[in-house]
Amino acid sequence: MTQPVLSVRDLKVDFVTRRGTLKALDGVSFDIARGEVLGVVGESGAGKSVTGAAVIGLIEPPGRISGGEILLGGQRIDDLPPAAMRRIRGRRIGMVFQDPLTSLNPLYRVGDQIVETILTHLPVGRAEARRRAIDLLKEVGIPAAERRIDGYPHEFSGGMRQRVVLALALCAEPELVIADEPTTALDVSVQAQIIGLIKRLCAERGTAVMLITHDMGVIAETADRVAVMYAGRVAEIGPVRDVVKRPFHPYSRGLMGSIPTLEGTADRLVQIPGSMPRLAAIPSGCAFHTRCPHAFAQCWLERPEPMEHEGHRVACFLYEPGMESARARADRIPADSPPVPTEEAKP
Amino acid sequence: MLAFILRRIAQSVVVLLTVGLIAFALFRLVGDPINQIVSLDTPQEQRLKIRAELGLDDPVIVQFGRYLARAAHFDFGISYQFRQPVSTLIGERMPATLELSLVAALFSLVVGIPMGVYTALRRGSALSSAFMALSLAGVSLPTFLIAILLRYVFSVQLGWLPSFGRGAVVQLGFWSTGLLTPSGLKAIILPSITLGLFQMTLIMRLVRAEMLEVLRTDYIKFARARGLSDRAIHFGHALKNTLVPVITIAGLQLGSLIAFALITEYVFQWPGMGALFLGAVQNVDIPIMAAYLMLIAFIFVMVNLVVDILYAVVDPRLRAHFQTA
Repeated sequence: MTQPVLSVRDLKVDFVTRRGTLKALDGVSFDIARGEVLGVVGESGAGKSVTGAAVIGLIEPPGRISGGEILLGGQRIDDLPPAAMRRIRGRRIGMVFQDPLTSLNPLYRVGDQIVETILTHLPVGRAEARRRAIDLLKEVGIPAAERRIDGYPHEFSGGMRQRVVLALALCAEPELVIADEPTTALDVSVQAQIIGLIKRLCAERGTAVMLITHDMGVIAETADRVAVMYAGRVAEIGPVRDVVKRPFHPYSRGLMGSIPTLEGTADRLVQIPGSMPRLAAIPSGCAFHTRCPHAFAQCWLERPEPMEHEGHRVACFLYEPGMESARARADRIPADSPPVPTEEAKP
Repeated sequence: MLAFILRRIAQSVVVLLTVGLIAFALFRLVGDPINQIVSLDTPQEQRLKIRAELGLDDPVIVQFGRYLARAAHFDFGISYQFRQPVSTLIGERMPATLELSLVAALFSLVVGIPMGVYTALRRGSALSSAFMALSLAGVSLPTFLIAILLRYVFSVQLGWLPSFGRGAVVQLGFWSTGLLTPSGLKAIILPSITLGLFQMTLIMRLVRAEMLEVLRTDYIKFARARGLSDRAIHFGHALKNTLVPVITIAGLQLGSLIAFALITEYVFQWPGMGALFLGAVQNVDIPIMAAYLMLIAFIFVMVNLVVDILYAVVDPRLRAHFQTA
């Protein structure tokens, strides 16, 4: 049986505002298998964090899930009552936030925060919870854990605090950990340690990871598969090596081309012209057509649905059957070419 | 921590010495004290004799030192009006004022904090709106008007509570308390509500604003993501973080409750220090005014010291700061 730990089907999230309904997510689908690390990348505003918040049930008003479903271990969780969802948070889904400096309550000892979480979710006594908390702190690499457990958050460095946050996310042995930009606020030297730690701990436990980041380097090192998001949709999803080495979607091509490499063979890095559309002004058809160097009439009129292509799922008309010549032409055009003017693409 | 407390105590002593100097200067500002003791036709020799007896010939600094030394033994001289030691007069009336102020402070905290939490958590509910409207009234209506309204409703119309006085008191050593007799307890309800209403609305609005601020922080979001119950999040994590500013304000307010209980005491004919002080002002009774000044300064300084220590108890970051500073 290879049922995915997390299965998101056609998820839609709306933000109802005075000036109308904004579609933050518009039909997002993906699976994460046991022990798998799914990287979620995209520019700011692509819907990465909203996806994470939707999965753990922490979309705040005026946001709401307006369609689709979220299945955790085959059980639907997006329509659970708040109390039942609360028992899943922390117990079956752990979460790590971006800024470890503000994730911990400054007035409570780190040990008490871990013990509190363990006691909330597991049927153990206080002494046992404390013993587990010390073990966890040791496991996430806090030196002298027996002593440090009684320390306050301000006595820990940023990297150490993120280790504590990770211990908190893992303390009830969840099936899934959502890490939302876990290294963005950290020093580069510490980033690699934290990423390595997340990867190792989750691999040992068979925990699935949803790693949200805009750092392609982190994804390339850590993830098994990667989902590229654009304007509230998944543009492309596939095995990480493939997507990084040979991206299909024009947006992924631009994104991968913008990673600096140490070999430095290219004269200059690829830039995607323009910027991500605001939620209030998502273009018709394929949302990327205004920035795409390969756009044609259909992109302007219809929205491409994800389709299988050589092991990826790509939401781009270039990968429909019968588009081989267009694909070949597109391969010759650099990813940072200016977009096709709208007039030209119009039918 | 100990070093911090000692340093704060030293600062407090400086403040009290300064206030002592001002209190001492009061005596000299209103002219020659001998004129107020003797009659107009007292011969000059006798005046000089009294002057020497009272030590008024000594240099000012010596007189100031003597004043402080006496003040340290609670000897503030004899009231011009009552011909009694000031310390006895104040000692008789202080329990009434302190009891009124403390009950008012307790009322403002016990009612204000839950109301603040409620209005923060249930924003937009009918009860929250009612609380907010009530708080606006509490902030804007003057004390004497509230006192008159309360008295009209609860004393005159309903006849439930006495409209003035302190009721029967019980003597516990030097302290006379009204909190142990039914009539005393009944008598303190209206004055303490009158006195504490403003502080209550202030604390409610402060708790609400701080709570809304804290509920937006990352560690509250993270606490939700850990699956903690709403109760643990709201009352464990959020409320404790709102308390630091609340302690500051509540502490400062306690000082002003004691110092400015005057009006409430006057309206309810409460036998506290307020009436004594107002009488002293009317009759230029300098020893009472000076003693009252020093007493209020002492209370403010002590309250601030306790507030600083409470900070450290609540917030571990400040504890570390105090250790290194």
